[in-house]
Amino acid sequence: MTTSGITPTPTGLTQGAATKGGIGESTLRPDGVLKVTGEFAYASDLWHEDMLWGYTLRSTVAHATIVSIDTAEALATSGVYAVLTYDDLPTEVRHYGLEIQDTPVLAHGKVRHHGEPVALVAADHPETARRAAAKIRIVYEELPVITDEASATAPGAVLVHEHRDDHHFPHVTHPNILHRQPIVRGDAEAAARRADVIVTGSYVFGMQDQAFLGPESGLAVPAEDGGVDLYVATQWLHADLRQIAPVLGLPESKVRMTLSGVGGAFGGREDLSMQIHGCLLALRTGKPVKIVYNRFESFFGHVHRHPARLWYEHGATKDGKLTHMKCRIVLDGGAYASSSPAVVGNAASLSAGPYVIDDVDIEALALYTNNPPCGAMRGFGAVQACFAYEAQMDKLAARLGLDPVEFRQRNAMEQGTIMPTGQPVDSPAPVAELLRRVKSRPLPPERQWEVAGGASDVRALPGGLSNTTHGEGVVRGVGYAVGIKNVGFSEGFDDYSTARVRMEVVGGEPVVTVHTAMAEVGQGGITVQAQIARSELGVAQVTIQPADTRVGSAGSTSASRQTYMTGGAVKNTCEAVREQVLEIGRRKFGTYHPAWATAELLLEGGKVVTDGGEALAALADVLEGEAVDLELEFRHRPTQAFDLRTGQGNGHVQYSFAAHRAVVEVDTELGLVKVVELACAQDVGKALNPLSVIGQIQGGTTQGLGVAVMEEIVVDPRTAKVRNPSFTDYLIPTILDTPDIPVDVLELADSHAPYGLRGVGEAPTLSSTPAVLAAIRQATGLELNRTPVRPEHLTGS
Amino acid sequence: MRVNFTVNGRPQEADDVWEGESLLYVLRERLGLPGSKNACEQGECGSCTVRLDGVLVCSCLVAAGQAEGRQVDTVEGLTGENGELGTLQQAFVDAGAVQCGFCTPGLLVAADELLERNPEPSDGDIREALSGNLCRCTGYEKILDAVRLAAARAEAAEEAVRP
Repeated sequence: MTTSGITPTPTGLTQGAATKGGIGESTLRPDGVLKVTGEFAYASDLWHEDMLWGYTLRSTVAHATIVSIDTAEALATSGVYAVLTYDDLPTEVRHYGLEIQDTPVLAHGKVRHHGEPVALVAADHPETARRAAAKIRIVYEELPVITDEASATAPGAVLVHEHRDDHHFPHVTHPNILHRQPIVRGDAEAAARRADVIVTGSYVFGMQDQAFLGPESGLAVPAEDGGVDLYVATQWLHADLRQIAPVLGLPESKVRMTLSGVGGAFGGREDLSMQIHGCLLALRTGKPVKIVYNRFESFFGHVHRHPARLWYEHGATKDGKLTHMKCRIVLDGGAYASSSPAVVGNAASLSAGPYVIDDVDIEALALYTNNPPCGAMRGFGAVQACFAYEAQMDKLAARLGLDPVEFRQRNAMEQGTIMPTGQPVDSPAPVAELLRRVKSRPLPPERQWEVAGGASDVRALPGGLSNTTHGEGVVRGVGYAVGIKNVGFSEGFDDYSTARVRMEVVGGEPVVTVHTAMAEVGQGGITVQAQIARSELGVAQVTIQPADTRVGSAGSTSASRQTYMTGGAVKNTCEAVREQVLEIGRRKFGTYHPAWATAELLLEGGKVVTDGGEALAALADVLEGEAVDLELEFRHRPTQAFDLRTGQGNGHVQYSFAAHRAVVEVDTELGLVKVVELACAQDVGKALNPLSVIGQIQGGTTQGLGVAVMEEIVVDPRTAKVRNPSFTDYLIPTILDTPDIPVDVLELADSHAPYGLRGVGEAPTLSSTPAVLAAIRQATGLELNRTPVRPEHLTGS
Repeated sequence: MRVNFTVNGRPQEADDVWEGESLLYVLRERLGLPGSKNACEQGECGSCTVRLDGVLVCSCLVAAGQAEGRQVDTVEGLTGENGELGTLQQAFVDAGAVQCGFCTPGLLVAADELLERNPEPSDGDIREALSGNLCRCTGYEKILDAVRLAAARAEAAEEAVRP
């Protein structure tokens, strides 16, 4: 159809039909087929003709002055193309960081943690690079290690960063305190006098690792214009770019980044790993350079979840109402800042949990130490607090003789509750209902190992195939927990996402192309983007462009924010595209039907339809010869920074809530735990893709189970060296360690969010851990104030 | 050295293999078969699982020279000649058992071996057979669903052709 000369006529009209694969459906992943055939290109699968392999030499000590580095022998090795140290960096910008630029690209003068990058090698074979790196001679003069609060703040303590000048420094009492956030609301002292019972507790949360399966990897390709093309597995392309370009001395336009296949992230790819190193080697050698960490290196190549020490005091009246809460949360930030300041803000502002407590006295802080750097991991500061406040809830309920779920429900937050920060909770907060749902679920049968097939099945017992018990000494326990997590970036951060949407006719059919920089790390964001575009534009065929820096920032794939933020950006841009498409339709066909001017018009089933369902034109006709192409940013409503003295401020965008019931069986003789079932109920606002939502909840639940019973990076307190950087010694749950995870999804819309949705990914990681701990406590009668629980904690050995 | 072996039914030859190279490295870097993944190099995660003369092995722990003259089956071999997905592959997609997908190739090879040996596995059998394959994303529930689904579909297909 032409638009000139002849008056256009709409053709082929039938009623508009709902487009399949829209929001609310369990649409299958577009990358699923490539992933099951082995064809999906992860960052570690990239290949370039004539490429070199990069390798990073890392510090073998935690804290030392570097006296000398001799690279001559390494450089003389056959097959080696470059060896770089701090002195080879091309500009004066030699540090980077997400919030505070304190992390050296390569160690200069000093190393501050075990595994810190010191030198780089590029060679023609990965083994050649490793062997050459082993020939680099470094003389260290070891310094005393700072490993905890006592050593960090002791009089005369060595300063981890001797020249601190970041913006948080004036608000802390010691330079080895990275950040501190108090929150004071009401009068906790006065309220404590009204309490009939007061319980206190000290808790320890171990250092958890994201342990994504696909190790840090990328390929840097030098370009003819003096720039570099970087293909990398990351969580936030534009934040990487902002940190990489100044170190390379290049404008951002000459560092072109493309997301390559990401094998999981969970916060561990928010900080840079190989990005700058790969680019430096590529620019130095003039050849493509690929870096792939092995598992050992991966444990040193990314930040971990902050280990924490938490002290809590709660009071309650005889009728089971909380009176007050005081807490102190000390997070170990390790040697560099990463996102510790934001983690502190989260830990403080969410430290009271999903409960109504008017009088609070809260302090959260993070330390600089010589332990491994800690930063983002799924749950981001809310996890550690949830572990402690949920233990406190059980203690209080026991002291009052109340059922632990009943006690929680009496104090449960609801819509309208004021947070410790003074911020009202202005969307549904179904805390009591989530607890009711997990509690009302029938319990799994006891002694399942006896009923399975009629004979004893050791696989269902604690110890499993180790065949350590046949049921003697095995006791069951049931435990509950619930948690609150913020969604999106808080504390006044200018959080936005960008989407480009193009609609045109190809081969006679209307098609939509969506382009964002959102990192698909496995969560299913690309599936949801396509679902949104189909729903908004009524088009079956939607193509998702690879994520890269040719489009504006999408922000980070973290903080459960991408469906909200990039989903919101795609939705808003589609709405704007729709308006332009309708404008074109009015211009071409407006005279044919009065509804073009008067009715509310939608795009459905490849057609323009009225809200009454009458079809006015085929999109193929409307768009013939024209394309609509828009790029827009989306922002959530603004937030505020927390006051640095009082902690008051509307700091968060949205909250999400999940509850768990754990059923465990414990072999009290050997201290072995079998989690039998871990049921979850979560409010997701609106499930855009129910299959993905349930997958996220089950995955998050399992990571919480892991830290409850097995996961911990063990750091030697005398040397600050990591003892278990391998999958042999750092254990994550196998399919035999993981129970049935029934999931109950609520959909109470948040009127502020696109489609009413709530971020999903993190909340289940919070309550899973304390639920398992509560169940083990119930089974054994032990207090258990530390996670992970190890056999020796259960047997007293 | 040179290594001659059969991969997914096709004779293959790898040249200039250094003695320390693993079967995994040769598959990925020399034969262009990156489906088998490298996540731990210690035989702990199962991401590199392949079959060597039918037996499940972690290819990161097998020296390439050990494959000389033998049959290797990788995830790439599960896809049909015309690119159609095998029953198990389709079940993983349909059940939502794939998130980041890095563990998926190893799980597919291990589950394929299980279903060949035991076409009607109990949940305990599935858990036991897949206990050497770590997954960090899914919580395993949907992986169990996928294997159950593949077993059911295979049985239904067999019944359909029975006289």
